[in-house]
Amino acid sequence: MPTLTVNGRTQTVSAGPETPLLYVLREELGLNGAKFGCGLGQCGACTVEVEGQAILSCVTPVGVLEGRPVTTVEGLGSPENPGPLQAAFIAENAAQCGYCIAGMVMRAHALLRSVPHPSEAEIRHALRFNLCRCGTHMRILAAVRRAAGPEPATTGATP
Amino acid sequence: MTPLTRRTLLVAGALLVGIGLPRPARAALPGSLPEAPRIDAWIRIGEDGAVTVLTGKAELGQGIKTALVQVAAEELGLDPASLRLVTADTELTPDEGYTAGSHSMQDSATAIRHAAAAMRALLAEAAGRRLALPPDSLRVDGGAVAAPDGRRLSLGEVAQAVALDAPVPDDVALRDPARYTVVGRPLPRIDIPAKVAGGAAYVQDIRAPGMVHARILRPPRPGARLVGVDAQAVASRPGVIRVHRDGDVLAVLAEREYAAVTAMRALAKGAVWQGGTPVPEPDALFSDLAERPAKRTIIHEAGTDTPMPPGRRITAQYRRRYQMHGSIGPSCAVAEFDGSRLTVWSHAQGMFPLRKALAEMLSLPEAQVRCIHVEGSGSYGHNGADDAAGDAALLARALPGRPVRVQYTREQEHLWEPYGGAMMTEAAAVLGPDGRIADWDYAVRSPTHLTRPPGAGQLLSARMLETPFPAPPPKALPQPEGGGDRNAIPLYRLPRARVAHDFVTAVPLRVSALRSLGAYMNVFSIESFLDELAEAAGADPVAFRLAHLDDPRARAVVEAAAGRFGWGRALPKGRGAGFAFARYKNLAGYCALAVEVEVDRESGRVRMVRAQAAVDAGQVVNPHGIRDQIEGGIIQAMSWSLFEAVAHDAEGPTSRDWSTYPIARFPDIPECLDVHLIDRPGSPFLGAGEVAQGPTAAALANAIRQAAGVRLREVPMRPDQVKAAIGV
Repeated sequence: MPTLTVNGRTQTVSAGPETPLLYVLREELGLNGAKFGCGLGQCGACTVEVEGQAILSCVTPVGVLEGRPVTTVEGLGSPENPGPLQAAFIAENAAQCGYCIAGMVMRAHALLRSVPHPSEAEIRHALRFNLCRCGTHMRILAAVRRAAGPEPATTGATP
Repeated sequence: MTPLTRRTLLVAGALLVGIGLPRPARAALPGSLPEAPRIDAWIRIGEDGAVTVLTGKAELGQGIKTALVQVAAEELGLDPASLRLVTADTELTPDEGYTAGSHSMQDSATAIRHAAAAMRALLAEAAGRRLALPPDSLRVDGGAVAAPDGRRLSLGEVAQAVALDAPVPDDVALRDPARYTVVGRPLPRIDIPAKVAGGAAYVQDIRAPGMVHARILRPPRPGARLVGVDAQAVASRPGVIRVHRDGDVLAVLAEREYAAVTAMRALAKGAVWQGGTPVPEPDALFSDLAERPAKRTIIHEAGTDTPMPPGRRITAQYRRRYQMHGSIGPSCAVAEFDGSRLTVWSHAQGMFPLRKALAEMLSLPEAQVRCIHVEGSGSYGHNGADDAAGDAALLARALPGRPVRVQYTREQEHLWEPYGGAMMTEAAAVLGPDGRIADWDYAVRSPTHLTRPPGAGQLLSARMLETPFPAPPPKALPQPEGGGDRNAIPLYRLPRARVAHDFVTAVPLRVSALRSLGAYMNVFSIESFLDELAEAAGADPVAFRLAHLDDPRARAVVEAAAGRFGWGRALPKGRGAGFAFARYKNLAGYCALAVEVEVDRESGRVRMVRAQAAVDAGQVVNPHGIRDQIEGGIIQAMSWSLFEAVAHDAEGPTSRDWSTYPIARFPDIPECLDVHLIDRPGSPFLGAGEVAQGPTAAALANAIRQAAGVRLREVPMRPDQVKAAIGV
């Protein structure tokens, strides 16, 4: 039985190693954040982070995640105490139906981890894997920009 | 009753019981009040003073939870955060039919506003009696009734002396919009925190004790019959509870979700299907549609007793392919049957019509069926939600005592949802010597846009049972709202005009309501044709529209969108600007839109660079709510118009996932999208949720014309069509 570390908590799960992570997160661990959207790795609704990288939990078997920490949207904050990126999504009204949004948040979280102050083009490029059908894109972009904040002024002489 | 049911029932600290809502009532009452005239149908106060608002409409992601709470809070002088809201539930809320047609604010918010105002008046009266003061000297504010001398009575204690089962009076005094403190403000959406942080927000998140997971197996093509299946092998797999078959409906029930998924795949391998209903090849789609029997209705005629005026006659035909809702989350439902009563949790848009359909399908009295709306993925019309509820109900009856959760696959949602129908229009006009439209002749040919419940035969599985329920005959929705002919009558001044609706009674693919129904195609056609006429007249498209528009509110949005866009400014080579306008259904919100596109001549690829909308939705309740609906509508309609057509072959649809039915992704999103709202304090709420769909399609076509010199008359306007038109 695989051992999983999710949002800092390590536990043994009863699912077979071939079971996609998504089903384990939702059913066995009772986490709502990652969503079933396609089961094909095409829409990004199931996006979570593994070792800081955004991955698609609907096509990732739990068997390959032994010893590799998983972060879901629940790991960033709660509805009552949202983390900074989640707070930016709330402040920008960055959800309509919201079904894609947990995946968007995780994709953006992984981006900001590697590129703390991304350009507009970098944000759009990073989010291209994630589909939104309500057309909330402008709000989502605004939320990611808000969370990233302005690029801090560089110090020292410019070459 | 499961804990889930009890929790839902416990509202405002009191167990609410459903009340018989008398109907129909006085037609003079606004909004949905004629359907449910009692104050307590809409608002209730517990002994503790907790206020609960009830609506028959459902949150679909359009933000109505927030807006409805704002409306009630404003009239009752309450902090919106203190209000509870119950949405569409056949046991608790008024029956407001479907949440559709941009009606929620017009119907439900209007009813709630009047009910809240009536409640405020009764509270003031009762407090006045207690305090021996005239009611109009009292203020209802902050959860209390306050007297000028400082005495305060809490709403809870006053409410006990008030008969809230009284009908809302005709002459209820509403708060003065000039003094609004809650309505008109961008209150943050109350449902978003749970959605961004993994709270239980969707029907998919329901985990009822003892719940089982079901998967349905659909035929490989529409109309195919199940002739063989190895149910035993699948039923004996570990974790599988049973394989359920009724006619051509095949399902598997399992203790765990992934076991249901793998069992469904195993079941598919051993299932043998025969036959199917042939579909015309894609190339023959429009010739087939043109030849199908249709019922013609003349929906508008003006000045046709006058002689045909002289002038230049211009004609054009437009076409629209099948398009899908494409919800990001495939449909899902949970149902529980206790041996006599059925409870269904569903994200379908009409709980009361759904209850009728389920009761009919299962031969249960309606009183023994309860349907509770729980949010799902955005639906944008009639997607697979009702079907999933039907399947959950069928399986719950087969497994009494255990809640059954049905989850469709991506492929099932794509292949079996009812699509927005293929349509054709023909426009002809005479341009008079004065450069104005002297004669207008328009016909729209369309299948139905409404195959939703209440008929059991509208549920996909009900048609495939051993004892099937046939699909009810398709209906044309009547004017003034219309179905295929929605927005077929232009708002422009047309001295001589004739508009016909050719209602096609049967089409090969399953169709139903997709956001804005026929308005998308009719506005695409009319607003493209307006540009063609303006071009023929040598007129600027915006000036040409204004020359034919009398309605001052229509003119205001056109002028605002054009002005803020910088209409008429020169654009770089390869770019073009396009304009369009419509008032949704000719009776809801107004929307004018200017867009700039870039056309890559080599690839035929069109990119929407920026868009400027101007919208008048009457009294604005939540400006961010409307803005988000318009932004979303523009982006969604851009995706429909540039990318989307259901692919099919002779066996049926082949758009089975996001690779075979691509939609807009982030790199396709405009650099800038601005929505300008024209607020009309004190005027009725006008639905805004669908106003942008049609204008977006036409504005894009008009912009492509300017950018690349070609006129595209079919949606979607995909790169291959654009290239073919350019001739590269």
